[in-house]
Amino acid sequence: MAWTRDQMAQRAARELEDGFYVNLGIGIPTLVSNFIPDGMEIQLQSENGMLGMGPFPYEGEEDADLINAGKQTVTELPTTSYFSNADSFAMVRGGHINLSILGAMQVAENGDLANWMIPGKMVKGMGGAMDLVAGVKKVIVLMEHTARGEPKLLETCNLPLTGKNVIDMVISDLAVFTFDRSGSAGMKLIELADGVTLEEVQEKTEASFEVAL
Amino acid sequence: MSDRKIYADATAALDGLLTDGMTLMSGGFGLCGIPETLIDAVKDAGTTGLTVISNNAGVDGIGLGVLLESKQISTMVSSYVGENKLFAEQYLAGDLDVVFTPQGTLSEQIRAGGAGIPAFYTKTGVGTLVSEGKEVKNFDGEDYVMERGLTADVALVHAYMADKEGNLVFRKTARNFNPMMATAGRITVAEVEHLVEPGEIDPDHIVVPGIFVQRIVHVRNPVKHIEQRTTRPRNQVA
Repeated sequence: MAWTRDQMAQRAARELEDGFYVNLGIGIPTLVSNFIPDGMEIQLQSENGMLGMGPFPYEGEEDADLINAGKQTVTELPTTSYFSNADSFAMVRGGHINLSILGAMQVAENGDLANWMIPGKMVKGMGGAMDLVAGVKKVIVLMEHTARGEPKLLETCNLPLTGKNVIDMVISDLAVFTFDRSGSAGMKLIELADGVTLEEVQEKTEASFEVAL
Repeated sequence: MSDRKIYADATAALDGLLTDGMTLMSGGFGLCGIPETLIDAVKDAGTTGLTVISNNAGVDGIGLGVLLESKQISTMVSSYVGENKLFAEQYLAGDLDVVFTPQGTLSEQIRAGGAGIPAFYTKTGVGTLVSEGKEVKNFDGEDYVMERGLTADVALVHAYMADKEGNLVFRKTARNFNPMMATAGRITVAEVEHLVEPGEIDPDHIVVPGIFVQRIVHVRNPVKHIEQRTTRPRNQVA
């Protein structure tokens, strides 16, 4: 039985550590903030210039000057600070953020990521994604295992890349994989979602991987 | 302190500054912290062939979206334009040139431009379309791509408060690109919600010193837009 989006986010939240500074991408990754373990101190960074980002406001308390990188209204926390985009990306590019969790269109077995463009069809722009994967210490992709029946974990990406060799972990609705950015160990399957079989994952994955369950 | 930098309205503030084919910078992130009144004045002036450097392109009918509708923009330099359908149409039809730039690279290009740094190296975009045609250099075993500093003929910024010297403070996430752009315009025009006398802003709290700001227009109680009004239920524990 594949994981639901909330279960995927819950699994990703197990990668958080106390004191971490974390950037959550739009879409499924934002759900991770709902599963931060009790008592764990996490500071969420929003690349448009905010650290210590709080939850969505109550109705009637929305502030047009207080939004996240997805242009959604959010709130402050006691730890909040505001800064310019240049300072924001100094945090990102300068390796000060511990963890980035974002979505993907395609991931290659060597850890290449494509998540910003479908030539001729969808060209919205890359936003902060290229900076995040280039600069943040650990990068986790949270995504559905397939899209319209096609595998998203491929031998090589055929869409324009967001980054080369940048992924540390993929958490899909079916399984968890690790990638070896600095070495030659390659892609490894380390966990299956409850009730999901190895056969199903192999069938729905084009990339080659070692089974390390 | 004289009113040397103060202009009565946005049109007066842009008088003599607008020419066809010029390069503009426009502050804001989405619709947050955009110099909307100044953009509307550019629309009214009818200046065409603009190159506009801005993180986003507004939405249809608001902010830079109005300049797209009136076909005054020939080139956009942006990191994300997904909110604007007209943008996608014009781009895919070949009516609009776009230089898609990673948000951090764009931020640093503008910061560098205002700071007299002609070029810098970053790991962002190495191995992607972004680094094609650009110099790639290896430092300490890692490849970095060279990016240029950016400046503009005129920078349009939005600030929460200015004093008459042009010192600026910002409010929350409406800060975003405005401080860097203020330094990178040959002429910087700031639309501000509050205008005070010099000395009323604590000098320790000033984010953009007035040296970077040439013209100020006081726009009282501006309309602010929310793109995605997201809320949580009152009975949910935060």
